[in-house]
Formats: sequence, C-alpha cells, structure tokens
Amino acid sequence: MLRTGERDYAREFEALAKTLEKTGGDPTALRNPRVASLVVHGNRVLGLNSLPGLEMEVEPIPEGIRARVVVKPGVALENPVHLCFGLLPKEGVLRILSTFEIGERAKVSFLAHCSFPNAEKVQHLMEAEIKVGEGATMEYNEAHYHGPFGGVEVLPKAKIWVAKGGKYLTEFKLVQGRVGVLSLDYEVHLGPEALAEMVSKVYGKGNDRVRIWEALHLEGAYSRGLVKSRIVLQDQAEAEFIGEAVGIGPYSRGHIDCTEILRGTRAKAAAVPKLVVVDERAKLTHEAAIGSIDRKELETLMARGLTEEEAVETVVRGLLR
Amino acid sequence: MQKPGFSGNIEALMATSSGRALLVVENLFVEREGKDILQGVDLSVEEGEIHAILGANGTGKSTLAYAIMGLSGYKPKAGRIIFSGEDITEKSVTERAKLGITLAWQQPASFEGLTVREYLEISRRAGRGCPSIEECLALVGLQPKSYLERTLNDRLSGGERKRVELAAVLAMRPRLAILDEPDSGIDVLSLDDIMEVIRRMNREGTTVLLITHREEFARAAHRASHLCGGRILKTGECEEVVRFYKNFCKGCTHVNEPEYERLEAKSDA
Repeated sequence: MLRTGERDYAREFEALAKTLEKTGGDPTALRNPRVASLVVHGNRVLGLNSLPGLEMEVEPIPEGIRARVVVKPGVALENPVHLCFGLLPKEGVLRILSTFEIGERAKVSFLAHCSFPNAEKVQHLMEAEIKVGEGATMEYNEAHYHGPFGGVEVLPKAKIWVAKGGKYLTEFKLVQGRVGVLSLDYEVHLGPEALAEMVSKVYGKGNDRVRIWEALHLEGAYSRGLVKSRIVLQDQAEAEFIGEAVGIGPYSRGHIDCTEILRGTRAKAAAVPKLVVVDERAKLTHEAAIGSIDRKELETLMARGLTEEEAVETVVRGLLR
Repeated sequence: MQKPGFSGNIEALMATSSGRALLVVENLFVEREGKDILQGVDLSVEEGEIHAILGANGTGKSTLAYAIMGLSGYKPKAGRIIFSGEDITEKSVTERAKLGITLAWQQPASFEGLTVREYLEISRRAGRGCPSIEECLALVGLQPKSYLERTLNDRLSGGERKRVELAAVLAMRPRLAILDEPDSGIDVLSLDDIMEVIRRMNREGTTVLLITHREEFARAAHRASHLCGGRILKTGECEEVVRFYKNFCKGCTHVNEPEYERLEAKSDA
C-alpha cells in the first residue's frame, strides 16, 4: 500500500483510477486526450488535460491544491470534464480550494470523483466559488468512494452565483462505503430567470453523522430553484437536513424536497425547511418524508416474488441512484 | 327467502365449481380499524377462468384482494384461503407470489429511481416469465422505446402507471392475477384494449380475479360474484350476477348491511 510522501505518481494514478470505477466513473476517460481531466492525489497533480476553451490552472498548497477553472464564453464542451481527487493513505488532509468561471452561454459538465478508500483519519475540505455567466449552463456531479472504516470527515462548502438565464445543476452523492462525518454547506444566488437544482444523496451507516445545509437565494425575477435530498440511514447513523429558500425576486419559485429513510430503530433523522418570502409574488414550497420505507412499495415488490430484504434493497438502490 | 352465496364449508365451495378450484376463500373475516369489512366471504375461483368480483364502492372488494395477497394489515381474523389445494392463510406475500399469485393495485405504488425495465424484469423473473418485456409493454399500449428507461415515479400519469402494472403481470405470467379495478383511471376509449389484455393474460394460462364496479367489465368475465356488505351475495353467470347487482344493490347505502338482508328482514317480518 502506498504511503504519503511516496513519489510513485503512476501507481497513485492507477490506484485512484481503480477506485473511480467504484463510483461509476470511467477510468479510461482520464487517459483520453479528447476528455479534459484533472487528477490530484494529496497536493500532487498526477494528471492534467485541458482543451481549447477550457483553462485549468492548478497550484499546490499545503495539504492540497488551489484550482482556477475557466470556460470561455460560448464554449460548449462535448464531454464532461473529469475531476479526480483522492487520498490513499489512512491518515491525512486533502484541501481543495477552487474557483469556477463559466463564461456567457458556455455549456460544461463536470464529473468529480473523490476517493478515500483506506481512510481511517482523513479530512477532506473543499471550498468553491462558482460563477455561472448569463445564459450559461454548468453541471457538477460529485460522487464519493469511501472505505469501510468511516474515518473520513468531508466538509464541502460552495457559494454559487448564477447570472440571468443561467443554469446550475449539481448532484452530490456519497453512497459507497462509510460516510464518516459529512457537513455540506451550499448556497446559490440566482439572477433573473436563472435556474438551480441541487440534489444530494447520502447513505449513512454505523455511527456516521450527516449534516446537509443547502440554500437557494432566488434574487432575480422568475428565478427557479429546487433543493432535493435523499438520505438513507441505518445502524446508529444520524442526519440533519436543512433546506432554505428565500424568495426575493418577483415570480421566483423555489421547492425543497427531502426524503429520509430509516432502516432499523436506532438511526435518527431530522429535516428542517426554512422558507422566507420577501416579495409577495414569490412562491416557495416544501415537502419532507421521514420514516421507514413505504409498506405499499415493499409489498408491491414482494408480490413479484422478492423477499422483504430484497425489496428494501431495491427501493433504497432506486432512491440513491 | 334462500340466502345466496355459498354454504360456508370447503367441500361445498369445491362442489359449487364445475371445474377445478384454483382459489377457495372460506368464511373469511377481515377487520380494519375496528370495523368488520369482510364478514364471512365464501368464494371459489376455477382454474383458467376470469372471475369478476362486482360491487359498489366500500363493500370490501379491495380488502378481499389484499387479504388474498396477504398484505400486512389484512390478516384474516377468521376463515381460510386455499390456493391450489394448499392453505396459504398464514403465508407471507413473497411465499404467495412464489406460488404464483400476484396483485395489480388499483393505485400502484411509485418508485423513485426504479425504471420500467427493471420493474418488468423483476416481475418476469418471479413467475413463469414472458419471452419479452418489450412485448408486454406494447400489449398495454405503451411504446417500449419511450417507456422502458423511464422511472416509476410520479412523472408517469395514473393511467400510464396502471398500464405498466398490467404489463408487469403479463411479464410474470402468474397462475392467479388479482386485478384491482384495472379499469379505473383508464380513458373510456381504451377500456376494450385493457379487457383484451386481460383476456390474453387469461389465454396464456393465468386465472384472473377481476375486481370491478363496472358492469360492462364484469360482463367480459366467465363468471362473476357480487360482493356487498363484506359478503358474497351471489355467484354465477355474469349476466345473472349483473342483474342481481342492479336489482338489489345498486344504490344500496348500507355498505356494511346489505340491502339484500334488509329486504330479507322485511320479508321475514
């Protein structure tokens, strides 16, 4: 097993590529010259491939990297940009500080994979500032792969600004291995006619602790936003979801949607919606469901021959997909 | 006046059938929230038939369907359910499904993230299995290309979800399909198509217990039983049962005290 300080970049690259597969990623994309990618282990850049219209500047900082990603106005990247971050040793810190600037009418999608397969005491800090230009679209899908020990602290924090008519779509997924501690803190500010969809999916086990705070600031007229969270908890895992929407722009629309499934009697879940209407023409809604899996869903699958346990697994798999 | 229906013992139930009984329900009582919904149901369904259960809203039709499938909360407080000669009253939903029984819900469940393809594959693996899930979907009027990769969530309309439910039954090819009001939520123009799907299901070897309150649907069955006030009041040829339903129970307000019994009480007096 590799240790911090070893300079075997190739082996680190291979190990990260291998865990990438476990999050549903395609490791061949990291070697494809037509696919933009950035591979980081600790504070070492193992791979960097940019494309015309996309600039990625990366500099090492203690315990991580600072990255600046720029997509030029009007550029539409055909393939998703792969971002692969990880730490292979049992202990350590990975800090990613990033800024994203998506030019007007540009269109780009990012697939971020964060791998901590051996973590026993690892802290992953992520701070991002994202600016999506007028009429631009940015998708950011982040999938985590953690080992079985639950020794990871994941602390992502992002502030996003979406200009007029822009779109920001993001999904955060931590369903492989143990969560450890997750404290996610995302805040999006939407200009006129801008759109944001923020989805988080987390599977907590053992004594995992999950806190998700996502806020929509619907500042522009006719801006729209959705915050959706799907959390499954088992053993003694605990989760708290706080979904916030502030309707400032006239005719803005926001919706908070949270489902938390508890497996067993010791897991705990809370959902706290916070809706603030500043302009009377804004409309905000929320829905939350916390509890065990719907009996009708289970019995429908059981009436097709699945055992109760298989039915539970099928429903959970669908929910976290 | 002679009380219609069966006499309440298993031999009599078997004897009333001209063919081989696949399902026999004997003197079944089911209580829900302190109220007796089924009050001694006797029913015999022959192998290979489409058997309609006709009754007004609130008479216990769905409760009967759920009790036969063994759903939680519908455990009988008395009576027996015999399937293919075996007492299944204490068996779980999964065990009943593995014996070849399935249920299509009146309002099918939604599943986030589960695709139509996956759902139909689960069904196909459970039973005797259809050759092609695409064909099952096409038979219920849904284009496989457009629907197989869609998820079974709320974005499907009620009618589409009902059609997928029927396709799942086709994919499973069960020995007994309990169809709880497959006609509800389906546009009138498509009712004949849905009935044809049920007939095809039946031709391919599935015995159908068809729950409905629509006379024209019941008429398409081989035999029918009329349920009122938690009891089967009459079983026989469809036309005869429909006539009985219209004469005695249409407009009956006493869903747990059948109009028939009120008339009977009057005549006794």
